[in-house]
Amino acid sequence: MNKELEKTASALVERYSVELRESRGQTNLIVSAEDIIEVCQTLRDEFGFNFLEVETAVDYWPRQEPRFHVIYQLYSIEKHIRIGLRVPVSGVSPGLPTLVGLFANANWREREIWDMFGIRFEGHPNLRRILMPHDWQGHPLRKDYPLGYEEVQFTFNAEEIDRDKPYAEE
Amino acid sequence: MLDQSEYAFNELRHLVSERAIQGETMLLNMGPQHPSTHGVLRLLLELDGEIVVNCFPDIGFLHTGIEKNMEAKSYEKAAVMTDRLDYLNNLGNNLVYCMAIEKLADLDVPVRAQAIRVILTELQRIASHLVWLGTHTLDLAAISLFWYTFRERELILDIYEMVSGQRMMTTYFRPGGLWRDVPVEFENAVREFIKIFPQRIEEYEAMLKENPIFIERTRDIGILKAEDAIHWGVTGPLLRATGVEQDLRKADPYMGYEQYEFDVPTQTAGDTYARYQVRMEEMRQSLRIVQQALDKLPYGPVRSNNRKFVPPPRSELGTSMEAVIHHFKLWTEGFDMPEGSVYVAAESPRGVLGVYLESDGGPKPFRVHWRTPSFDNLQILPELARGHLVADLVALMGTTDFVLGDIDR
Repeated sequence: MNKELEKTASALVERYSVELRESRGQTNLIVSAEDIIEVCQTLRDEFGFNFLEVETAVDYWPRQEPRFHVIYQLYSIEKHIRIGLRVPVSGVSPGLPTLVGLFANANWREREIWDMFGIRFEGHPNLRRILMPHDWQGHPLRKDYPLGYEEVQFTFNAEEIDRDKPYAEE
Repeated sequence: MLDQSEYAFNELRHLVSERAIQGETMLLNMGPQHPSTHGVLRLLLELDGEIVVNCFPDIGFLHTGIEKNMEAKSYEKAAVMTDRLDYLNNLGNNLVYCMAIEKLADLDVPVRAQAIRVILTELQRIASHLVWLGTHTLDLAAISLFWYTFRERELILDIYEMVSGQRMMTTYFRPGGLWRDVPVEFENAVREFIKIFPQRIEEYEAMLKENPIFIERTRDIGILKAEDAIHWGVTGPLLRATGVEQDLRKADPYMGYEQYEFDVPTQTAGDTYARYQVRMEEMRQSLRIVQQALDKLPYGPVRSNNRKFVPPPRSELGTSMEAVIHHFKLWTEGFDMPEGSVYVAAESPRGVLGVYLESDGGPKPFRVHWRTPSFDNLQILPELARGHLVADLVALMGTTDFVLGDIDR
């Protein structure tokens, strides 16, 4: 691991309840949803990670606790190093605080996550769908969302589908 | 008072100013079918006379669900979709995707393949900047340049056709190397291009550099400050035109970029003209890289010899049972990727293009996320456009150089 990165990671492990994970030469920290704003603030102001490169999510359905991981990649333009953050999010009314106050480009990235995964960002100024039409039902990148087709309803699975997808009733 | 649908009004009510609701300013729809929006971008403009008070980009018209579709394909088949993201940087998309797979699978890439990848992606950068230059100046009513830039772009597309059989959707880079080696005519074709292109850049500059209309339309238009650019996650020529020397080819070299000599052009003005200067200089630097890579192009294989990921050559199938098994497995099921996740980024003509790739150990990607430069670069457009004329907005869209396929994915 890069010296700078090592220093940053150990400082964060000391201060917050984060878990350090390294694989393939990349450093990732598992951060809880309560800490994410503070961790990002510390990384930005103290350690120079001033650039939000990625904000996205992964769905681990059918696992529910945690169902999602929200993934951040912060980059330091001066030191040319990158650190990854992963925030586990529950599958029951998923939500976490917004980063818009720290990084302006989180605005659209969080709208995309809301659109694609249905994860709410508390405090977001304009949490609307961004890629899908405004009246779209469901969140396409979730693993329980079918790819390009609707499941055919038969007598044996009709109720199950109606339960999972209220919009399938017609 | 408002011509928008009820929905649009209710949704945007908290975004537009009080004056728009009173009817003092006008809400005007620009796009999605507008020639200067370079694709299908809709901008909702709030105008005070001809001055842009605010602008709301509305994207998603080109959303094709590539990230979702890739989850249903094997790794090698999903590579075909990467071409369709940013259709002016097909090989760059191939490259990042292959780099992510190579990193996750710990797959080696032969040096010859690396050098050819560098040559082709740098040519792609030139081709992309040529489209930018042509359409940007076309938007500013200088139509002649468009014909010249597309003439030179054609030469590059011919090289692509020569190596891959396709002009645009090449899918030429594959995990572990290239689809196949370049033909013998390749070297001469690239040398021919290197020979003629420097004069052509001079020609373009002669048409623009002292052109009062062009200068008038670009100087001091859409000034971006370095700290704002970083705050908004802006990358590529937009960031470099504000004075930040950030280029992943230098900062975090991949594909052997560290062995080539080149400069990262920067400007400090941060306006549309500075971005024009940066991109023009970038084309010259790309040419330098192509020249060096071509001069020391090594001989050897162009694809990794790792049979667990790369199909064996046709010639082995007749004699080796093991090769037949590998061939069958790789072309039906695909390869099993080790579990884990990586994030890999490279410098595309528009900025940082990254791939987040996660694998659950199976033959299909569990999650692919594309960090596309246009997505973040477009977000800054309202900030740049505020206070300018509608005509300048057209110049700003040109200088942002976004590709809607890259934004909507």
